Amino acid sequence: MLDGAKPSVLDVKDLKTVFKTRRGEVHAVNNVSFHLEAGELLGVVGESGSGKSVTMMSLIGLLPSPPAEVRNGQVNFGGMDLLRADEDQLRAIRGARIGFVFQDPMTSLNPVFNVGFQLMEPLRKHMGLSKSKARKRAVELLELVGIPDAQRRLKDFPHQFSGGMRQRVMIAIALACDPEVLIADEPTTALDVTIQAQILELVAELRKKLGMAIVWITHDLGVIAGIADRVLVMYGGQVVEQGPVRELFANPKHPYTRALLETVPHVRGARAERLKVIQGQPPMLSGQPTACPFRDRCPEAMPRCAQENPWRISVGHSHDVACFWDPDTGEARDV
Amino acid sequence: MLTFTLRRLLLAIPTLLFISLIIFLILDLAPSDPTASLPLTIPPEVRAEIRASLGLDEPMVVRFALWLQQFFINEPLNLLEQWTGLSFGDGDRTRVISWQTRSPVVDIIAQRMPQTLWVVGTSYVVGILIAVPIGVISAYRQYSWFDQIGTFVSMLGFSVPTFFTGVLFIVIFSVQLGWFPSVYDTTHVVTDWASFVVQLKQIIMPVMVLGLYNASQISRFMRASMLDNLNQDYVRTARAKGMTERVVVLIHVLRNSMIPVVTVIALGVPQVFGGAIITEQVFKVNGLGQLLIVAIQSGDIPTVQTLTFIFAVLIVLFNLIADVLYGVLDPRIRYD
Repeated sequence: MLDGAKPSVLDVKDLKTVFKTRRGEVHAVNNVSFHLEAGELLGVVGESGSGKSVTMMSLIGLLPSPPAEVRNGQVNFGGMDLLRADEDQLRAIRGARIGFVFQDPMTSLNPVFNVGFQLMEPLRKHMGLSKSKARKRAVELLELVGIPDAQRRLKDFPHQFSGGMRQRVMIAIALACDPEVLIADEPTTALDVTIQAQILELVAELRKKLGMAIVWITHDLGVIAGIADRVLVMYGGQVVEQGPVRELFANPKHPYTRALLETVPHVRGARAERLKVIQGQPPMLSGQPTACPFRDRCPEAMPRCAQENPWRISVGHSHDVACFWDPDTGEARDV
Repeated sequence: MLTFTLRRLLLAIPTLLFISLIIFLILDLAPSDPTASLPLTIPPEVRAEIRASLGLDEPMVVRFALWLQQFFINEPLNLLEQWTGLSFGDGDRTRVISWQTRSPVVDIIAQRMPQTLWVVGTSYVVGILIAVPIGVISAYRQYSWFDQIGTFVSMLGFSVPTFFTGVLFIVIFSVQLGWFPSVYDTTHVVTDWASFVVQLKQIIMPVMVLGLYNASQISRFMRASMLDNLNQDYVRTARAKGMTERVVVLIHVLRNSMIPVVTVIALGVPQVFGGAIITEQVFKVNGLGQLLIVAIQSGDIPTVQTLTFIFAVLIVLFNLIADVLYGVLDPRIRYD
């Protein structure tokens, strides 16, 4: 770890995940390293296909294999390397010590089982609770995530809940066994804005109450600005920039991060004639990257970017960037 | 659900009346003569008298009304009397009489029903029991060897007609190997172990032939339905909760996948009663299918009409059952 004020609960090094397809391999995650400190909220941003979700799914063996294959890396969690753990060990961690919330609450719950059953499943499996104790805890959990009339609603099926309420149920399931880490994969993307705000508020409150570390995957920078402690920016299956949220928003170093921040429309100020876009397409990730994945769309690209894939260079306290160009001098870095 | 069922049952009445009219008209308008199979030496006047004695000289409306009365009032009352021992009215009711055997059609059907239910019903159950696990494993291990072989065998079982597989089985297992008898003896009674073995031996071939056909069909449905569900988000949720693959597949996915399959299975039940006409012919099972064939061949219209109508009733009934089951299995479906 570059900086270690707090102990990290999750430490990922050089993670590499490849999808084998008929048309060759897709290198979805390339040498991704990051850590998660106890109790912190790490925001992971990037556009679709940048490898945010795949990275998190790789950690805990949730990717279907085949076609996915975690080829390299190390994931330290509780003194164990998750990539070398067997399926039984992973199962004991999933849902117990690492909880998940997924994007679409409409489809993430099983439509034919009532919410109580789905909530009690991890309680009974991981905590070994009896049926009556599990039910009691399930009621508590539903109350915790702000579902009124929890006792009665246990018997309700997912379709009887609204989208926001379903996401609350998903959060209750993820938090059922008091996990150390909560991985939230675009949990508010499918919700409308007011519900989104409610869920964000709920998560902030739960975090204060329960103190778990959270990985929050999103492509919405506004959400990240509001809740994250630290941000990981991903592009083309790599981490391109990482830093504390204020620092990163005030002082973005990577051309991609800068471009991303410019695309956010502002409410105040002169009305922009058009929304800004980043020109070009995200890269095809076939083959081991030997050059910077962003170079084709990068306004600052230089010959070196096509020859070498930039590594992560420390540019401040807990702030690093994978880029040869230095925005402060406007010239190439001397690395 | 109850209101829905009652409403559907009430709606079934006009449906069935209409079906009975259609069946009656089709059979009546068909150029069929019950005296056609009698010796040619019988003079035309006598033939006309025979037809008159069968009631064929009455107008169509009268005959249809009479049939309705016999089928919907007289026969049910007779059955009720037999079951309860009570008597309604003077017991002097005209019944639907077979032109061929001159005995009441309903009695013949009651005699034939057990054979059909045994042979065809067993093959349906066997087919389902084989098909469900095959469908589940094929889907879970899609494109594996198991799936490839399963797909091949299903395609074969589904596309090769039972009169071919039936005869093939007879040639192999009866003629060449001599393991099983080629004819199903319906008079055989199981009293002890030895006679049970005989029964098992004679039922095994028709059950296998029909079971293969049923299993092919249902296993494809099962596989497709499992595949639909295996990629759903809730499956990932179940895995993310740390559930074992067994629980994920056999509880979360299977429960969802069974919904359309159960419907298909329920809709297939009337065919069990219909008897696999061809298979019954091949193995000489004198069940309902065979009864229907013989009745058609000899122009025995009351028998054909009654049997066809009973099948229609079963189809309407099992459609309703399938709908109700759908509502029971899928909490998202509400009929009220």
